[in-house]
Amino acid sequence: MITADPRAVLTGAHFIDGDHACTEGCIAAGARFAAGYPITPSTEIVERFAERAPEIGGRFIQMEDELASSIAILGAVWAGAKAFTVTSGPGFSLMMEHLGLAVMTETPCVFVDVQRGGPSTGLPTLPAQGDMMQARWGSHGDYEIIALSPSSPQECFDLAIRAFNLSEEFRVPVLLMMDEAVGHMTEKVVIPPADQILLYPRRYTKRPPSEYWPYEFGEDLVPEMVRAGMGYRFHITGLTHDERGYPAMSAEAQNKLVRRLKEKILRAKDRIITLETEALEEADVVVVAYGITARVAQRAIELARKEGIRVGKIRLITIWPFPDEFLRHVAMRIRAFVVPELNLGQIIREVERASCGFCRVLGVPHAGGTVHRPEEILEVIEEAAR
Amino acid sequence: MSATTDVLVENPVEQLLRTERMPHIWCPGCGIGTSVNCFARALLESNTDLDKVAIVSGIGCSGRVAGYLKLDSFHTTHGRAIPFATGLKLANPKLTVVVYSGDGDLFAIGGNHFIHAARRNVDIKVICINNFIYGMTGGQVAPTTPLEARASTAPYGCYEPPFNLPFLAEAAGATYVARWTTYHVVQLTKAFKELLAHRGFGFIEVIAPCPTLYQRRNRLGDGLDAMKYYKEHSKIRHGAPTSEVGLGFQSEIIVGKFVQKQRPTYFDMEEQVLRQRLGERYRPLEELVCQ
Amino acid sequence: MPKPKGAVTIIIERCKGCGFCVEFCPTKVLELSNAFNSKGYHPPHVVAPEKCSGCDLCGMVCPDFAIFGYKLPATAAPSSELRPEEATVPAAQGGNS
Repeated sequence: MITADPRAVLTGAHFIDGDHACTEGCIAAGARFAAGYPITPSTEIVERFAERAPEIGGRFIQMEDELASSIAILGAVWAGAKAFTVTSGPGFSLMMEHLGLAVMTETPCVFVDVQRGGPSTGLPTLPAQGDMMQARWGSHGDYEIIALSPSSPQECFDLAIRAFNLSEEFRVPVLLMMDEAVGHMTEKVVIPPADQILLYPRRYTKRPPSEYWPYEFGEDLVPEMVRAGMGYRFHITGLTHDERGYPAMSAEAQNKLVRRLKEKILRAKDRIITLETEALEEADVVVVAYGITARVAQRAIELARKEGIRVGKIRLITIWPFPDEFLRHVAMRIRAFVVPELNLGQIIREVERASCGFCRVLGVPHAGGTVHRPEEILEVIEEAAR
Repeated sequence: MSATTDVLVENPVEQLLRTERMPHIWCPGCGIGTSVNCFARALLESNTDLDKVAIVSGIGCSGRVAGYLKLDSFHTTHGRAIPFATGLKLANPKLTVVVYSGDGDLFAIGGNHFIHAARRNVDIKVICINNFIYGMTGGQVAPTTPLEARASTAPYGCYEPPFNLPFLAEAAGATYVARWTTYHVVQLTKAFKELLAHRGFGFIEVIAPCPTLYQRRNRLGDGLDAMKYYKEHSKIRHGAPTSEVGLGFQSEIIVGKFVQKQRPTYFDMEEQVLRQRLGERYRPLEELVCQ
Repeated sequence: MPKPKGAVTIIIERCKGCGFCVEFCPTKVLELSNAFNSKGYHPPHVVAPEKCSGCDLCGMVCPDFAIFGYKLPATAAPSSELRPEEATVPAAQGGNS
């Protein structure tokens, strides 16, 4: 690991919102290129980056749409930059094409989605968590993705750095799945000294051009990278390709490539998945939540405990890959999971699947536009405890 | 078999080809290869550092160009070669970035990106192989298909007027605009050299035969017939007003260099504004290379 | 026979028989051959080597990188054809004599 560039890190305590904290996290992580298209409620992230970039040797460009933004960052990465793009709602739908290209070409980069109400234009200024399944399955074809979900401005900063580190380590686009409430919430954010911010360096090859193939891989299934202008004369394509990077139109090549793209992430699942847990040992009921909803749920959990219900909590920080095994083990010991989320039932499907029928799974669906009232969640916890 | 033992002779463009991928996928008589041949010769004859040249293609027959050139090459998504190229160039201005793609890719699905890159005057070079049709998907109508020409999705003839690409490019802000056909190999090679040396957003339209889909469906013979047509019906008019160079079905083809001028590039403007507004605080960058 | 100023090399296995080189050769050095290459195309062959000026117009117009022309020094050998095994090997290394 290397450390962050002290010239760009705003070390100290700040009172900023989640969007701005996210920008600072990206900058601390070494991002020097961003492309974006204005869309509420994510725009503040690139607005801040546009302001900061010229002072830190970075560059921002507002592209003509989200399709352009999401591929401009891939171009920047192949020229050697660390890069990210930011969007919300309909813009996230448009970016799916290049999320797929980034997966296929193994381009390390970060996509930030500040979720708002949908479908379509929906509720531009109000929160939701309705893109969680789109994050997993939104681009066509089979792939594995990493998605993180912050619950506070501090975590927007911290997870932005983690998102870049994971993207570099696994050469995969990483999704930072924020929501409008967290994005626009202003809180204290502590930015540590640059030398305490550890960064995963880009996996540049040490081989000479004559011995290098762009998609030759080793033990951890992640190939080594090069960038344009180094003399490697390499080729990358969104087509199914062989280890040389050349198109390979066969079932065999497809099988080999797509399985590796999944496997490189799945085999490191335990390191990628992070959860925050509370009182699981004694629990009868466990609330599974993420993002802003995890904070609302905390209040409901405290109210339930006052009523004598033994409630545990799992806050999903990594959403994808999903912690199947962990939830299954918990499911064996408890009566029910309660899953509040700002959608009409997305992550609950994963919780049900992971539970394998060992316990009940009760949702607290919400169409978005505001957050849950703690009492709504409390009622379901009470029902689960009965 | 006799051969040349006392002189070192190989195809001059061989060093720029991914020879292990030859023969390429293009049909007999397709003009894309001819244009690549001229482009490769232009690259070799120009004083460009080949290790710093990046080729970006979209999707379609012409989208395969990137995969055959032994340069840093990127085969991207349909219509999005230009924004990818913009990202490459902005992150490393030292690269010579060339977008090589087709008419459908650049002007239908990718039309918006083309006009914005031209407007910004980003220093990238765009080469469009215009064969009037979607080849890879089987001969569908394109935004360049001439009125009345037939396509698989315009079986009774096209009734949408086509784009006049040089006019569009100039209007959007391109600072170098030329059109040649694949018959004009000498002029085309020279134009590619000018394009490589040009500072700012440059555009060359290359009229090329598509014998399998455009020629055949329109009973225009094969690739060679198209080449003979270009020879007989092209008229060189350097500096012609781009508004006058639109193409009709089997019409005269005005070729030549239509626009060559200078205006501040994206980088010039960026530097000027940021330096003025930020003064000492401005940290200009040459290359965005992360560790 | 007058000594030719130039020669062409034909990489037979890359050729798709489009005929561009035959048509646009300014001195009419080439014709399409009756023979087939392994893909079933008729590549060109040299019918008038003495007329070749080595202008390389055939090389520029070829869509398949299958032919090129070059100027001959005073003592060089005439035009040649490359079979697939030599197709990607520079003449000097290939040592095909």
